[in-house]
Amino acid sequence: MSNPIVKFDKVTKRFGSFEVLRELDFEVQQGEKVTIIGPSGSGKSTVLRVLMTLEPIQEGVVYVGDQPLWHEQSDNGELVPASEKHLRSMRNQMGMVFQSFNLFPHMTVLRNITEAPINVLKIAKKEARERAQELLDMVGLADQANKYPAQLSGGQQQRVGIARALAMRPKVMLFDEPTSALDPELVGEVLGVIRRLATEHDLTMLLVTHEMEFARQFSDKVCFFDQGKIRESGPPDKIFTAPKEERTQEFLHAVLHPNE
Amino acid sequence: MLFGIEWDTSSTLAFAMSIIPILLVGGITTIKATVIGFLLAMVLGLVLAGLKGMPVKIISWPASFVLEFLRGTPLLIQLFFVFYVLPQVTGWLIPAFVAGAIALALQYSAYCAEVYRAGIEAVPYGQREASRALNLPPLHTFTYIIIPQAIPRVIPALGNYVVSIIKDTPVLSAITVLEMLSAASIIGDRTFNYMVPLTIVGAMYLILTVFAATLVRIIDAALPKQGIPLK
Repeated sequence: MSNPIVKFDKVTKRFGSFEVLRELDFEVQQGEKVTIIGPSGSGKSTVLRVLMTLEPIQEGVVYVGDQPLWHEQSDNGELVPASEKHLRSMRNQMGMVFQSFNLFPHMTVLRNITEAPINVLKIAKKEARERAQELLDMVGLADQANKYPAQLSGGQQQRVGIARALAMRPKVMLFDEPTSALDPELVGEVLGVIRRLATEHDLTMLLVTHEMEFARQFSDKVCFFDQGKIRESGPPDKIFTAPKEERTQEFLHAVLHPNE
Repeated sequence: MLFGIEWDTSSTLAFAMSIIPILLVGGITTIKATVIGFLLAMVLGLVLAGLKGMPVKIISWPASFVLEFLRGTPLLIQLFFVFYVLPQVTGWLIPAFVAGAIALALQYSAYCAEVYRAGIEAVPYGQREASRALNLPPLHTFTYIIIPQAIPRVIPALGNYVVSIIKDTPVLSAITVLEMLSAASIIGDRTFNYMVPLTIVGAMYLILTVFAATLVRIIDAALPKQGIPLK
C-alpha cells in the first residue's frame, strides 16, 4: 500500500476567485474503491474532472502512477506545466462515466464504444467490435449494440457509458454521480453494474455519489469533502456510523433523514 | 426586343406568352447568381467562422471585424465596391455578373458564418468533454463528433438564407446585370405595360423561393439525425 496510484499534493483549483479545491491532499491506492461524498460545491466532482484532465489546476501537483499529471519534468528536473502531448499520454489511464451520460447521439451503441479504441488505441476494427460486444454483455445490453442512445432508457444509456469508458482499458475509473440523472427505478441496474465491476475486477475506482447505502457496501474508503478539502475520511462503517467531525454528522443526517 | 426575342402586343395573353421566354433568360441569370453566390458563401462562411473561432486573437479579431463589416453594411455598397472600387484600385476588370456573384457571396458568407457558429455552439459541451475523456484527437472530435451533430441544426437556418439570397438578386441590376426583374422592368419601359411583366416575374420569384424552400425541407428530412436532440 505504499505507492498510491493517484495522489493529490497540495492541489488548489480556482474558478475565478472561488477556490474549489484548497491545498487538497488525497491518495488512492491501487485497486482501492473510494467514494467521495459531500455537499454541492465542495469540490468532489472537481477532483474527478481534474483527474480526467478536463479542468486544469492552479497550484500543487497531481500524480497518477509515478508521473505528474498536469506537469512534466523539464531537462533540469523541474516540474513545468504539461504539454498536450503529455496529457494525451496520461489520459488513457483514466476512464470517466458522466452524470449526463454524454453518449454520442449520432452513433450506434456499438460505435460509441469502439470509436476511441479504434481511433486512439489503434485496435483493429474487428477486435474492437468483439471487445465491445463482450463489454455490452457484461453490462447486460448484448442485444442493444445497433440501437442509438435515444432508443435506450437512461439506465441503459449509463451502462453503455460505463462500457464505453471500460473499452479504453483504464487503470482508474471515475464515476461522476452516475445515477443522479436517473429515475429512481433505474438507479439499481447501474449500481449493479458498478458493484460487479468492483468485485470482479482489480480496477481502481473513484465514485462521487449521493447513494449512501451503496457507498457503504461498495467502498474501501469514504472521503467527506467540504469547502475544497477532505474534512474526514476512513472506512465506510466508521464514517457512516461514527463520524467524528460535526460537519460530517450534519451532512449525513441531512442526507439520510431529509424529512427531519 | 430583348435577348433577341420579340414581343407580341396584340393581346394581353399573347404579350404574356411572348415575354415569358425573355424573362426565363433573365431567370437563368438569377438562378446562376443564387447558386454560385450561395455555394461560395457557404465555403467562405466556413472559413470565416473557423478564423473567428481561433484561440489566437491576431486571427480571430480581424475575422470578427470582417464579419461585422459584411453584416452591417448594405449589399448595394458591397456590390459597388466590388464592381467600381476594386477595378479602380487594382486595375482588374471584373464582369458585372462575376462582381454580382462575389458581392452576394461576401454578404451571405457572413450570415452563413453566424449560422455555423450557432450550430456548433448548440452541440452540448458534454460531447466535447466525453470526447476528450476518451482521448479522441481534437480534429477527430470536430469532424466526427461535433460537425455531424451541428449539420442538422444548421440546414434549416441556411435554407432561410437561400430564400433570402434569391430575393436579393435584383440588386445586381444596379451594376447592369440583366437578371429577371431588370428584364421585366425593361419590357415595361419599352411597352408601357408594366403590369404583365412584373406580375409574371413576381410569380417566377415565388416559384423559385417555394422550390428552394421545398428542396431544403427535403434535404433536412433526408439527413440522418438519429437521436440528435435538436431542441
